[in-house]
Order: sequence, then C-alpha cells, then structure tokens
Amino acid sequence: MTPVSQAVNHAVEIRDLHKSFGKLQVLKGIDFAVDPGQVVCVIGPSGSGKSTLLRCVNLLEEPTSGRVVVNGVELTHRDVDIDAARRGVGMVFQQFNLFPHMTALQNVMIAQRRVLKRDKAEAERIARENLEKVGIAEKCDSYPAQLSGGQQQRVAIARALAMSPALMLFDEPTSALDPELVGDVLTVMRKLAEEGMTMLVVTHEMAFARDVADRVVFMDGGVIVEDGTPEQVIGAPRNERTQTFLRRVLDPTHTDV
Amino acid sequence: MTDQPKTAGPAPDGVTPLRSGLSPRKRQQISRAVQYVVLAAVVVFLALTIEWGKLGENFTKGEVAAETLPALFTIALKNTIIYSVGGFVFAFLFGLLFALMRMSSVRPYRWIAVTYIEIFRGLPAVLIFLFILFLPLALPGFEVPGGTYGQGILGLAVVGSAYMAETLRAGLQAVPKGQMEAARSLGMSHTRSMVSIVIPQAIRIVIPPTTNQFVALLKDSSLVLFLGVSGEYVELTKFGNDMASTFANATPILVVGVTYLLVTIPLGYLASRLEKRQARGR
Repeated sequence: MTPVSQAVNHAVEIRDLHKSFGKLQVLKGIDFAVDPGQVVCVIGPSGSGKSTLLRCVNLLEEPTSGRVVVNGVELTHRDVDIDAARRGVGMVFQQFNLFPHMTALQNVMIAQRRVLKRDKAEAERIARENLEKVGIAEKCDSYPAQLSGGQQQRVAIARALAMSPALMLFDEPTSALDPELVGDVLTVMRKLAEEGMTMLVVTHEMAFARDVADRVVFMDGGVIVEDGTPEQVIGAPRNERTQTFLRRVLDPTHTDV
Repeated sequence: MTDQPKTAGPAPDGVTPLRSGLSPRKRQQISRAVQYVVLAAVVVFLALTIEWGKLGENFTKGEVAAETLPALFTIALKNTIIYSVGGFVFAFLFGLLFALMRMSSVRPYRWIAVTYIEIFRGLPAVLIFLFILFLPLALPGFEVPGGTYGQGILGLAVVGSAYMAETLRAGLQAVPKGQMEAARSLGMSHTRSMVSIVIPQAIRIVIPPTTNQFVALLKDSSLVLFLGVSGEYVELTKFGNDMASTFANATPILVVGVTYLLVTIPLGYLASRLEKRQARGR
C-alpha cells in the first residue's frame, strides 16, 4: 500500500523538515513546495543546507523529522516503497557519478532494464533518444573516462531522463565543470525547463537562476531566508543575508566593511 | 664527518662552490668501486670453495630429470593447478560473502565475519591442513566431499577466503559512495545496486591484488603434502619430494622449483601489468 497524501497538487511538498548529522543541525525547519512544471533554483552559501535539502527530496538523506511528499507519495511515511518512489525523481549530481564500467549507452539503459524491466530494444531506443536530446548521440559507445566533464554530465542527465521522471533534481550540476563546458550543460537544462519539466536546482549559476527559474529560494544556516521570483530574490533582495551573499557571488573581488 | 668544512674566505664573486677535499662526484666513484671489489671477492670465494661437480651431480642430473617426465606435468602440475584453482574459486566466493557480511548492517554478521577473518589470517596454513587431516577423528563418520581433492581445496579455501575477504572489502570500499547513490536515485534496490554497480567495479579494483593472492595460494598448495596424499593425487612439492627420495638425488626438487616458477613468474608479471593499466585508467 502506497501512502498517498491529500496534497496531490504539488510536485514536492516539504513540511517542517529537520535534518541533523550527529549534533550538527543542517536543516532547521524547512517549509516549501514546488508546483508541477515549476523550475525552482536554490541558492545560498556553502554549508547552508541546500544540498542536504535536495538529497532529502529523494531520501538519499533520511530526514530527522518532518514530512516530504513527492508526486503525491509521502516519502517520510514508514511503509513507503522508496525504490518505487525514486523512479519518479531523477537526480543529477555534482560529480556526475556515471558508472565507469559501462558505456554511455549502457549507463542510460541499465536502470531502464533492471528497474523498469523494459526490453532491450525499447531501452536502447529510449536511451538513444535521450542521448540525442542532450546532444551527445555520437558518444553512445564511449566510456565515461573518454568523455569531457560536460559530456559526462549530459549523459548523467540523459540517464535520469530515460526513467521518465516527473521531477528532476540537480545538485550543483555545473560546479565540477571547466568554465567553458558549463554552457553546454546549462543549455540542456534550459531546454528541459522550456519543455515543462519540474526542476529543483541547487546552483551557483546566478544568470541561469535569473533567466530560467520561476522561483528562487535563498537558504542560509539551515533555513529558507527568502523565497520569490528571480526579480525579487536576485534583483531586489530584502534580507540582509541575501544581499551580502549576492554581493559576494556577483562581485567576488568586492570586500565588505 | 662527511660534512664539507666551509672554506675560510668567502669567494669574492660568489661563484666558486664551497668545497674542500673530495667532490661528491669523486666520492660516488670511489664508493661504487668498493662495491664492485666486494662483489668480485665473493664470487671468487664461492667459485673456489664449492665443489661444482658434486653440486651439479646432485641438482642437475639429466637422467633423473628425465625420469620426472611426463608425470611432472600430467600428474603433479595438473594437481597443483586443480588444488589452487579449486581453492581460489571457493576462497573468492566465501571471501566475497565474508566481505559483505563484514560490511552488513546486521551486527552478528559483522561479528562472525571479523572472527573468521582474524582467526584464519592469524593461523599458519600448515595448521589448517593438519586440522583437516584430523577432522575425521573429531567428527566420526564425517568426510570432506570430493575426497583428497576436496580436502586440499577446502584447506586452501579456508586460508584464502580470510585474505580474500579483506581484499574484497577494501575493493568494495574503494568504489566511490556516489556510485551507490546514483544507482539508488535511479530506483535500484540496495541489492540490485550492489550486484550491478558496486561489485563489478570492486572486482576490477581487486584484480591485481587478487592475482597476487592466487600466486600465494598456488605456493600454499604445496601444503597438501601434509594430507598424506599419494599416487594420482600428488602435487608438485610432494611429487618432487618423492622422486628425490627414490633416486636419492635433489634434481627433482630443482625441476619442481622451475615448474612453479614457470607459472608464478608470468602471473606476477601479469599482476603488475594489470596494476599499471589500472593506474592509467580512471
């Protein structure tokens, strides 16, 4: 029996989420929701808990307390089938985490075959479609070590998309990339956003957040400090912490005081 | 004492190196010359003192060497390989099992694995073979399946699996955590992620050390000697020993030694090749 929440109208709904690692409190009560089709960018200084928040959305981190409801399924329910729930949520990691012993094509096929039990021909067709979508159809038979960081990350995106997720999580997807490769990955993400994919993106790319996001969330010290449109949060931040952070990010050589 | 005393006056232009007595280059030459002299002295001494005729007669007697054939290969080497490969296969399977148990979230499994590994890594291999030899006394009516082969393979598997467990655990832990996370985020179960993603990578990582372990196991297969095997079950060492007694001549021991090296040296070479290839990849 899969526990179904009443609030099926949200893609993600988080209520009073707390997460501690030992004595260290990383998330101190997060309330927030993402609607279907929305692109939400989470920004904030390192250590603010934004990656932990993202990882709680597919339960890679187990929340200490609080409720996480994704696609109408309460993940924090004791009897939830977490493997089934994760199928609907794609995740893209900072370090790509491609499977190094498999080609790009096999990377995109393995979960389709093993989890969704698609037959080989169908899995391969879907894999090729998605690799084409992210612009690396010609690299199907390359191993991850033979690909650039930008290409690896795009394979990782294809791998997640092949599972037909209703929601995509991006955990600093461009932070490990050489600067000249960032654009390729952001272009793919922008395309996804335009196609109406629900996306939750932890990022330091302010230009991407400003141009693509429907909403920007600023986190600091384990709480959400500001939540609004990019114009509000990046363009005219009201909170002092947001202002300080943005000043540092947008003008790194600037020193306060 | 080898410190260079500083010259009294500073060099006026600061170019002349501070040096007195021998230059480092000179000292190196002298040191090397001394080493060559020592080596030559030892060689001359051995050449004069050893009775080469007798040594040759005892270790490299052609007729005796010829007597070892073809049984050397058709029986002895064949059995050494059967014992080692059989022992290795079981050592690998049980090693993997103990490695997984050692990393299990079920605490008693961890205890069992740790106890097993600590005990059988700490015991001399000979002792384990003696245990197996006396097993029927302790357990009347019990017989190791597979007879003599079974006993030899069991002994090697017990010794090997303890080492293999530690090697495989290291390999499993060397697979980055992100691999498991990526697999889980795609909806794979923990078991499925282990089987499809983590274990294949761990095995790749442990291939070089495992090859070395196979060589160690191959050498340990000589301990089958202690099981009192005979006839068609003898492996290389026992075979060499028996032949040496029969002819009252040490040649078979040398022949057997060379036969071991025919297998172990290429394997050792293979292991270091694999290690280098792995260092380049990734």
